[in-house]
This record gives sequence, C-alpha cells and structure tokens, in this order.
Amino acid sequence: MSTYAVTVDVTHLPGILDPQGATIERALPALGYTNVSEVHVGKTIRLTIEAADEPAALAQVDEMCHRLLANPVIEAFEIAIEEPARA
Amino acid sequence: MSTRVGVVQFPGTNCELDVVHVVEQLGGEGEILFHAERTLRGVDAVVVPGGFAHGDYLRTGAIARFSPVMDAVSEFAAAGGPVVGICNGFQVLCEAGLLPGALQKNAGLKFLCQDTVIRVETTDSVLTSEAAVAQHLRVPINHFEGNYVCDDPTLAVLRAEQRIVLRYVENPNGSLDDIAGICNEGRNVVGLMPHPERASDPLLGSADGLSLLRSLLAAADRAAASAA
Repeated sequence: MSTYAVTVDVTHLPGILDPQGATIERALPALGYTNVSEVHVGKTIRLTIEAADEPAALAQVDEMCHRLLANPVIEAFEIAIEEPARA
Repeated sequence: MSTRVGVVQFPGTNCELDVVHVVEQLGGEGEILFHAERTLRGVDAVVVPGGFAHGDYLRTGAIARFSPVMDAVSEFAAAGGPVVGICNGFQVLCEAGLLPGALQKNAGLKFLCQDTVIRVETTDSVLTSEAAVAQHLRVPINHFEGNYVCDDPTLAVLRAEQRIVLRYVENPNGSLDDIAGICNEGRNVVGLMPHPERASDPLLGSADGLSLLRSLLAAADRAAASAA
C-alpha cells in the first residue's frame, strides 16, 4: 500500500452561475487590472488516501467525486494525484 | 386515528417545529424524525423541512442526503409514500436523487427573505391536490440557493409531464423557467423553495400555504388507506 496526496478541483459547469467569480471580475478593474476576464471561483479539496497503486487511488477518488465531493448537475471536477516521499 | 406526518430533523434544520405546528393545526399529528433514525416509525407522510442541514457544508444538502433517515425516506418514496421537501429540504431531495436538477445560488447573489406569489401549475401532485390550477398563492421564500437548474433534456421532460408544480409569478432568484416547485415521476415527491408553513395564518400575512399542506395530509390519508 502507498499513500497518495490528492487534490480535487471542483468548478462550476459552463452556464452555471458563479456569482463570486462575477463579483471579483467586477472588482479587479477598480484596482487597475482592466485586462482580466473569465474569473471563476471553485473549491479545492485536499486529502490523502492509502491504496494499492495510483489507478486504484484514482478510481476511488473519482467515485467519491461522483457520490459526494461534486454535484455533476452543476459542477465539474479534476483530480490530481501525487505520491509523497514516505512509503 | 389522525394522520401522522414525520418531519425530518438534521443538525441545523430550523423549520421542523413550524411544520409540526401547521400539521397539528390541520388536525394531523406531527412527529420529529431525527436524522440518525433508520425507520420512519410508520408515518403516513414525510416532510423534509427548511434550515441549514449539516451547516450546508460542501453544498446544500450534500451531507444530509447520507443521513441514515434518508435511506428510509428514499424507500418510502419509492413505495409511493408522500414526501415533500421545503427549501433546504428541496435541496436535500435533489442531492439524494429523489428529484432531478439542483439549486444554485440566487442570480442576484443575495439571500432572499420576502413574500413571493406562486402559481399552481398542476393539481396532480401530493402538494397541490386541494389547490386549483392557475391559483395564485402568497408564500414567503427564505434562501440563498434557490435558483433551480437542470439540463435541457430534463427540463423538456418536466414540462412534457407537467411536473413543474409551482411557478413564481415574478421570478425572484433566476430560477430556470420560473420554477418554484417540481415533482417526481410518481408525483408523490414534491420539492419547493417557498415555505408554505410560514403562510399558515392571516396573522403571518398569508394563509395561502394551508391549501398545500392540506393537500399533503389528504395524500397521506389516501396512502394510509391504501396500505391498510
């Protein structure tokens, strides 16, 4: 078994309102950043998981995303896995 | 024996006693069902009331749907039992897959606490059987995530099967197709954002919610009679 550090990025699906992103996008020009567009606010979930190998870890996290971490009706997710130094 | 309505209570639910109060006002018996319970104790109908179940952490309703009591609610719904989700309860039923779609943040990025006028679109549901089509009801909303959304095929099905039960007359939150409430295919599970229990007495500004909750009690009676 190995321990994997996992980062899950949850974002709004295209077409789903992102009021936080829209508000930030309106605020940035006030600070002089007039060249910014397409601001999106999502969430990051970090976890560590013990699994036999990386595909097994990925499969389990993917299942978690479908069942709990994201709502596929309104959200998309991306999973990034890395194996930490310790065995 | 009076009609027994189970009212689900998660940590963070805050409208359960209001619902129990109105159920009893209508001659029924209201019973709190704690989220950790695994059975519904034989109630005739279930209300998943409003509040902030499990703090609305992660997403509204996301954690609540995995409560032990929700398995029992799903079984009850699958067997045709009347289930109504109000506000946060609607969000929980969507997360649980008992109703399609999801509730996203209000279009104006504001928490909305105000009266709304909703139009009854069909009387073929456990929540509207005692109302009349095209009837306008004044019922308050109280939410941040009440903006109903679903994909186009789902919306087409909801429209074709007349499963949009209630629509806002003036859309307050950006909800798709002015949707205030929908039902499942069996028409025994209804979710709505407005709070009928808060429109249950002229002293509260409106008693229009009573016809909705009276419908639920009638559905519960029918369900109990057919089970007996």
